[in-house]
Amino acid sequence: MSNIPADLKYTESHEWVRAEADGTVTVGITEFAQDALGDIVFVELPKVGASFTAGDDAAVVESVKAASDIYAPVSGEVVAVNDAVVGAPESINTDAYGAWLFKIKPSDANAINGLLDAAAYGNVAH
Amino acid sequence: MTLKATPLNNAHRALGARMVDFGGWDMPVNYGSQIEEHHAVRTDVGMFDVAHMCVVDIKGANVRSFLRGLVANNVDKLQVSGKALYSCMLTPEGTVIDDLIIYFINEEWFRLVVNAGTAEKDVAWMNQQNEATNAGLTITQRRDGANAMALIAVQGPNARAKVWEVIPQAKEATAEMKPFNVALVPGTAFGEAMVARTGYTGEDGFEIGVAAEQAEALWNALNAAGVKPAGLGARDTLRLEAGMNLYGQDMDETVNPLDAGLAWTIDLVSERDFIGKAALLAKGQNAQFVGLILREKGGVLRAHQKVIAANGATGEITSGTFSPTMQQAIALARVPMGVNVGDTVHVEIRDKKLAATVVKLPFVRNGKILVA
Repeated sequence: MSNIPADLKYTESHEWVRAEADGTVTVGITEFAQDALGDIVFVELPKVGASFTAGDDAAVVESVKAASDIYAPVSGEVVAVNDAVVGAPESINTDAYGAWLFKIKPSDANAINGLLDAAAYGNVAH
Repeated sequence: MTLKATPLNNAHRALGARMVDFGGWDMPVNYGSQIEEHHAVRTDVGMFDVAHMCVVDIKGANVRSFLRGLVANNVDKLQVSGKALYSCMLTPEGTVIDDLIIYFINEEWFRLVVNAGTAEKDVAWMNQQNEATNAGLTITQRRDGANAMALIAVQGPNARAKVWEVIPQAKEATAEMKPFNVALVPGTAFGEAMVARTGYTGEDGFEIGVAAEQAEALWNALNAAGVKPAGLGARDTLRLEAGMNLYGQDMDETVNPLDAGLAWTIDLVSERDFIGKAALLAKGQNAQFVGLILREKGGVLRAHQKVIAANGATGEITSGTFSPTMQQAIALARVPMGVNVGDTVHVEIRDKKLAATVVKLPFVRNGKILVA
């Protein structure tokens, strides 16, 4: 069983989403996703200021094995990206919940409530 | 559909392998980190379960003459017992049915090793040719049934020493044996062992064949001796760095082998006729097979990405990956004639066109990077 922290929200496409105190949400990929991808060697992040609708391609993570699109879990505007992970893509393998990809300011503050909770994601990630 | 399993399936699961469906076979893709397994083979020793590949024994009075017509390389290069030859087997249209290794045991017995996914059609084709030419040979697949064999590839600079440690009887038979040769070693702890100095990694090493029921004991003995289990993921990055073709990806029944970098394996010089020869002579070479190194950040080279030459002509990547040895994205590609080593081409990756350099294959051999 993968590590699925109870305080995060999830998508069926294996992004994790954390609601921050300032109203933004932080997005990364789950332990299950990094394990399935294997050794990650390339990350492409969106530009700060880019706007996405939920489900849009927002970033790309490539492992030795395959390329995987990362989707915006909620609609909104990108307010920050984690440049450190571009320089050290393998940090996603070693710390999937620490190596965040980008932060979105949601256009609908309640949108995050529509995502999966840890229990529901546990039924997806196996 | 139930996946097929090699005799090592339980051993992989005991080692915690990540298993995948590989062309209908339940195979290990890695045992943790594909990159660590790759480096183990380049710098020390690793082993692969290649028991999904199929040994085919061809026996009878005139095997050599049959193989002269069946395969594109010239079996008359095999004059000393134990010598091996890499060849393609072609359709009459001059496309690739499979690529395989032929081991010359004696004039009444040649052993072939063919790919996993193509084994059944290969054997059917060989049987059809056996009948059509009245060769009267016995063609026996050795993957299933009572006489099944299993192959384990032990590869890396320390591979031979490790194999000799685990199979002491193999040392005398293979210590002086040159690359691309085989010895049949009787009386080992694992029964008779076929020990071939061949592989698919660009490193020294052996491919070992034993009776299927001995495979797990051999695997466990190698593991206990410190040979690192490596999965199909590492096998792919290693063979790609070594510039070796993968059937089904770099060539298949739609591809002219002259366009797939395989001209060196096709004997168009001797008088000998073989299946596909006339078609190849008529078609000639229409594209060239080269290596690419990505020069800009923006992704990893992958199969089917479009390659654009300076004059606008296009080609295609047939295999691509991130090279663990070179720490760069690399690829095998089919590009138009006229593109030269050293040229800059562009590769379409998602919405970008990124610069790549054309290089001569291989990228890596015996632990050393050969391109810049």
